[in-house]
Amino acid sequence: MDEEYDVIVLGTGLTECILSGLLSVDGKKVLHMDRNDYYGGDSASLNLTQLYRKFRSDQPVPTDLGRDRDYAIDLIPKFIIASGELTKILVHTDVTRYLEFKQIAGSFVFREGKISKVPSTEMEAVRSPLMGLFEKRRAKNFFQFLQNWKDSDPATHQGIDLDKDSMKTVYEKFGLEPGTQDFIGHAMALYLDDDYITKPARATYDRIILYTSSMARYGKSPYIYPLYGLGELPQSFARLSAIYGGTYMLDKQVDEIVTDADGKFVGVRSGNETVKAKQVIGDPSYFGAGKRVDGGKMRVVEDGKVVRAICVLKHPIPGTDDADSAQIIIPQNQVGRRNDIYIAMVSSTHNVCAKDVYIAIVSTIVETDRPEMELAPGLALLGQIHDKFVSVTPLYTPTASGESDNIFITRSYDATSHFETVVEEVQDVWRRVTGGKPLVLKKREGGEGEQ
Amino acid sequence: MADAAASADKSIQVKLVLLGEAAVGKSSVVLRFVSNEFQANKEPTIGAAFLTQKCRLEDRVLRYEIWDTAGQERFHSLAPMYYRNAQAAVVVYDVTKAASLDKAKSWVKELQRQANPHIVIALAGNKVDLVNNAAASSSSTTEETSEDEPDDATATPAELAQAASGDGLRAVARDEAQAYATEAGLLFFETSAKTGEGIVELFTEIAKKIPIEHILASTRGGGANRPGGAASGSNAQGNVNLDANNQTPKNACNC
Repeated sequence: MDEEYDVIVLGTGLTECILSGLLSVDGKKVLHMDRNDYYGGDSASLNLTQLYRKFRSDQPVPTDLGRDRDYAIDLIPKFIIASGELTKILVHTDVTRYLEFKQIAGSFVFREGKISKVPSTEMEAVRSPLMGLFEKRRAKNFFQFLQNWKDSDPATHQGIDLDKDSMKTVYEKFGLEPGTQDFIGHAMALYLDDDYITKPARATYDRIILYTSSMARYGKSPYIYPLYGLGELPQSFARLSAIYGGTYMLDKQVDEIVTDADGKFVGVRSGNETVKAKQVIGDPSYFGAGKRVDGGKMRVVEDGKVVRAICVLKHPIPGTDDADSAQIIIPQNQVGRRNDIYIAMVSSTHNVCAKDVYIAIVSTIVETDRPEMELAPGLALLGQIHDKFVSVTPLYTPTASGESDNIFITRSYDATSHFETVVEEVQDVWRRVTGGKPLVLKKREGGEGEQ
Repeated sequence: MADAAASADKSIQVKLVLLGEAAVGKSSVVLRFVSNEFQANKEPTIGAAFLTQKCRLEDRVLRYEIWDTAGQERFHSLAPMYYRNAQAAVVVYDVTKAASLDKAKSWVKELQRQANPHIVIALAGNKVDLVNNAAASSSSTTEETSEDEPDDATATPAELAQAASGDGLRAVARDEAQAYATEAGLLFFETSAKTGEGIVELFTEIAKKIPIEHILASTRGGGANRPGGAASGSNAQGNVNLDANNQTPKNACNC
């Protein structure tokens, strides 16, 4: 450990591993450390032994759930949008060669006590039980308007200016009911609250198009998922980094972020060794996690909480046509909340659990002092729950950009149901670390697979 | 991604992983097998870590997809993804370093615990050229032929005594490693990436022992144990190929 590095990365969560991989490919000398003896940090997938160690260390691992090694239970529930930004990074960096993906079988939305498939085309809108006859016609017109929109052709704009008019104006123009707005804004545009309605419609338009084009790509849902769990994603980027010279140390205690008299980063101390580097990148848990560190400095602050319930089921979720996997969005308005409740379910089809077991994670942003109660509308949709692991996780945001002290801290994984914000975070940290350079994805050259 | 490879030439794709302590010559063993080359002072593995090579048997062609550790083994940080779905593993130790066999044994244990239960594991005692040379030059009683045919006789008590006293000499008796391999159900070879000794034999014997029928069956089923890990999305049921509509297939066949 007496070498000097360009960058030390702390924590092997997805954000950190993507950055580590991209920086190594860019020629930087990277040392990547994690205090755990497994990859993934907060975005790991755990087997039963690891899950029990984390949530119920005082209890033995049950024997009625099948083999321990068949399990890879995600800690953060997210799906990959087929045409989204993470897919682009996966393809450009060629880490797809380490991974296999399957579709998520269905995308559902909760309306008036029932769940239904999210329609994504005008044809599906016409057949959807979500809307009455007249509403279907209006929704059909709305979808046609979106599909036909061309920036260069004002004839397709029908008097709407996406950059100026709010989404409210667009909804009103097509006369869509509040319930329809709920599933469009929350199950297609994937907003967690209703703030988007008063903002210019362009962002919502882009997100709906992302949803529909992702849906069209493989057919069943707009989402894909890596076999063996989301924890494969950080592992694959860690391998990318290692292949480009990155050094990996798991199970390594990080005791101190060493700074100089000006507060600038010097190195990382582990036991009585200190490794030096020009910069450090890491997740909030290495920087105090909301507590004062290093002479009273507050490096990260709490910015809300997420409550998540990992539920073990012995049956598919009722009302999903026995889907082997599904996303269900419960729009906030439908259950009198400010934030959506979101369910992500995967099963043995994705090699994350034993046969005939289903893992559903119900999550939402905490609004009260009884977070588990807030999940009730989601839990109620699951039928009998065999077992449940509930956690409340603070979301941390760094207090400084890192440009002045070379300490670059990533944000916690948010409550969104997909990875788009993770990629935004990667792009943002990249820009900060490189002194303002935008992230341009380069194709990986030669290397593996060549002879 | 080599989508076409498996079906086009009817070769059967086999994921093979390398394991072993740092600097025992894992990459060199593969380089010898794949390109028939040897680099004397090879840098620790950087850049290329995913090589392919065909192996022809009488009735079948295997296409090895060989994964190198990319140095992640150095601080015990290999990801489970590494040996996931591997059908074969070569666990390498250095015949001049006794501790490297202990490390090899712990890797074998790890594989037997974590990897595919049908995995074929081979133990390779590498750098046997150092022992052969040393034996030939320093001992008048050892015949020249021992370089070509290292057999049990090479691990004489005299040599073991030498190993204890000098650098670069045998520190792991062939008998000892063979006995361990037999007990643990492993293939065993002493190899030299430098001279090529034992290398082709190593990979050929692995190929003979691979349960092809099992691989084909699980491929047809599109199930969990599909060989080759990530190689293609076309043959397993319901898998999606992210690269498919992104671009025209690049270097579709690497062989």
